[in-house]
Amino acid sequence: MSWLLPVLVAGPLLGAAITLVFGRRLMPQRITTLSIVAGTAAGALALLAHVDGEGMVTAQMGGWPAPLGITLVADRFSAIVLSVSALMLVAVLVYAMAQLGRDAIDWWFHTKYLTLTAGVTLSLLTGDLFNLFVGFEVMLVSSYVLLTVRSTQREIRSTMSYVVINLLASALFLVTIAFTYGISATMNLADLSVRLAEVDPAASRTLSLLMLVVFGIKAALFPLFMWLPDSYPTAPTPVTAIFAGLLTKVGVFVIIRTQTLLFPADEPSGLLLFVAGTTMTVGVLGAIAQNDVKRILSFHIVSQIGYMIMGLGLLSIAGLAAAVLYITHHIIVKTGLFLVAGVVEAEYGSGGLDRTGGLLHRRPVVAALFLPFALSLAGIPPFSGFVAKLALVQEGLALGQGAIVAVSLAVSVLTLFSMTKIWGATFWGEEKEASGRAGRPELATTGVVLALSLAVAATAGPLGELSLRAAADLMDPAVYVSAVLGGS
Amino acid sequence: MSLVTLTVVSILFGAGTFLLLQRSLAKVIIGLGLISHGANLFIMLSSTSSGVAPVLADGVDASAVADPLPQAMVLTAIVITFGVTAFLLALALRSFLLTGSDEVEDDLEDRRIARHEVEHS
Amino acid sequence: MKPQRDSAILDAGITVASGPILVFSLFLLAAGHNQPGGGFAGGLVAGVAVLLAWAGGGTELVRRIVPLRSSALMGAGLLVATLTALAPLVLGMGFLESGYVEVAVPAIGDVKLVSAVLFDIGVYLLVVGMSLGLVRALGESEPSEGEGST
Repeated sequence: MSWLLPVLVAGPLLGAAITLVFGRRLMPQRITTLSIVAGTAAGALALLAHVDGEGMVTAQMGGWPAPLGITLVADRFSAIVLSVSALMLVAVLVYAMAQLGRDAIDWWFHTKYLTLTAGVTLSLLTGDLFNLFVGFEVMLVSSYVLLTVRSTQREIRSTMSYVVINLLASALFLVTIAFTYGISATMNLADLSVRLAEVDPAASRTLSLLMLVVFGIKAALFPLFMWLPDSYPTAPTPVTAIFAGLLTKVGVFVIIRTQTLLFPADEPSGLLLFVAGTTMTVGVLGAIAQNDVKRILSFHIVSQIGYMIMGLGLLSIAGLAAAVLYITHHIIVKTGLFLVAGVVEAEYGSGGLDRTGGLLHRRPVVAALFLPFALSLAGIPPFSGFVAKLALVQEGLALGQGAIVAVSLAVSVLTLFSMTKIWGATFWGEEKEASGRAGRPELATTGVVLALSLAVAATAGPLGELSLRAAADLMDPAVYVSAVLGGS
Repeated sequence: MSLVTLTVVSILFGAGTFLLLQRSLAKVIIGLGLISHGANLFIMLSSTSSGVAPVLADGVDASAVADPLPQAMVLTAIVITFGVTAFLLALALRSFLLTGSDEVEDDLEDRRIARHEVEHS
Repeated sequence: MKPQRDSAILDAGITVASGPILVFSLFLLAAGHNQPGGGFAGGLVAGVAVLLAWAGGGTELVRRIVPLRSSALMGAGLLVATLTALAPLVLGMGFLESGYVEVAVPAIGDVKLVSAVLFDIGVYLLVVGMSLGLVRALGESEPSEGEGST
């Protein structure tokens, strides 16, 4: 199976090359992109099945043995996140193709979408710190270009701050890499895990904090989240949806990976729980102040990241399992919500709450799509968000972390309030003049994403057990280390 | 040697940060460039050994070569920074053509919400 | 758009310089295996030649020298590079693994042909394509396309 790992990374790049060669001919571009992204999703699912059945898969680049060469690694955690991400990439691509032309998405959209896919798979699969930097950059450069698809003044202004923040974060990442290499003389994460156990605890703690800051910027943790609600809402819907679903979650993935693998601990971390609580609270409070569907949803991304970090902060198998489940649920629901927001924008020409209203009577189907997503986000049973939140709350209480549990419940209520606000202004109320009509393919794709989200809730039992197995691997770095470095 | 490099790194970071905080886009971009250079130089500082070029050929003592990994990493980082900076310049040019000024603008939505707060308090 | 300047010396200098610069870039590409150089450095040097051509004759001259779309060049480069990276997988080796054959060429002597050179050629094309796209996008008054990732 180890051949699959490089193919998952290089496949999308090959696709990007082909779309570039095709130039402005749309049809071959669409076929290439769709088949490659769908193939990536199929590969990711196959990988998940294999990893869950037979253990971790590793691949060595260039045939160099483990600590020397770059390793690609797939364990249950990365396979889960990769599978969900790839499925969303397919769904959003179909949605984008339905919108193509109307939202002025240019011909090179396909190329950048494929490089984005390559960046995401590389970041999720790599077992090398510097290679992770490369994966992040491939992903980010694609995201820069995708954010400026329309090159309007507003887009450029918000992209500018996004690029500047991320470039600064990249420089910080490089500094972190320099520190890491200076301390341990290795970049391989498994090797690093072994060597960091032997260095001065103060040095190791410094590294842990540096990595938290660097990846915290990418994941939009408090207090490093300000770039997110500023830049995401201005882009076209498919772009915002995929960013909302994936990019910050890759950051969260890396935080969980590095904190558990490199700095193992088995007691709840006060710092992480504090960051989790403030991220939740600030995000949801920010959302309440907003008056635009996409901006509200963007602030909720921040708030939701807090829940995932809460799962990590508990630093127990059940806590991490809840975080894994939460990531799975969140990627799907958040993407879906933004797709619905796109439909609303297509109907009214804007997502401003003062310009929408009465959509329930005009397009009941849109309301039917929005409601389950919104309730799921707030964590209302029987939707997927409830399952994930329940797992978090249970484990929080079991470990005696009452404060963070109380915060998370209060934030859930506020999330529900904010979803009610969208519901009241957009779906109820007097009917406002509509300027367009969302097409059937967009609605159908959103419906498929909804079906996936419902499937997560329906299969919560097996999924929960899968995440428990993934979390057990995460809590025991020896599993990862021996898979990468061999029996030593 | 190390101390000199370290001084240069700190100067690059300091100057870069100062420029980054300016309102003009051109200065921001130059500042980012300086910070990236500082970070790259910092990686070079972390190399475990220094010496001759790390090419394994006849007559080269393997213990006397420089650590090749930081060099490879810095090269990669330079490539990436090069690409992103080029993109930033294109953005800045586009922004200049659209607005006729080189300044970073405020977020209109934020402004609106801030005004809203003031009116209601 | 042509740069607003009129200097016969510069124009002549550019014409004289860009040829050797291009040759030098090819040398760097070929030398990359055992000496400093390689696809990226060579591509950048070729990019300098493109930039000089732009400074001398504007985007029209660049278009005349390289009549290809920059995206096609970048696509071809990326295609060559990824295919070279993937090929060893088909042969049962590791991703990106390279092999070599030694060929005796008359008058030059033994030449070591390394498959990694193909990868370097891909990178070279990619970088040249990117420089070209950059000059075209920024050289026109209206920037029209974003450049690719490297």
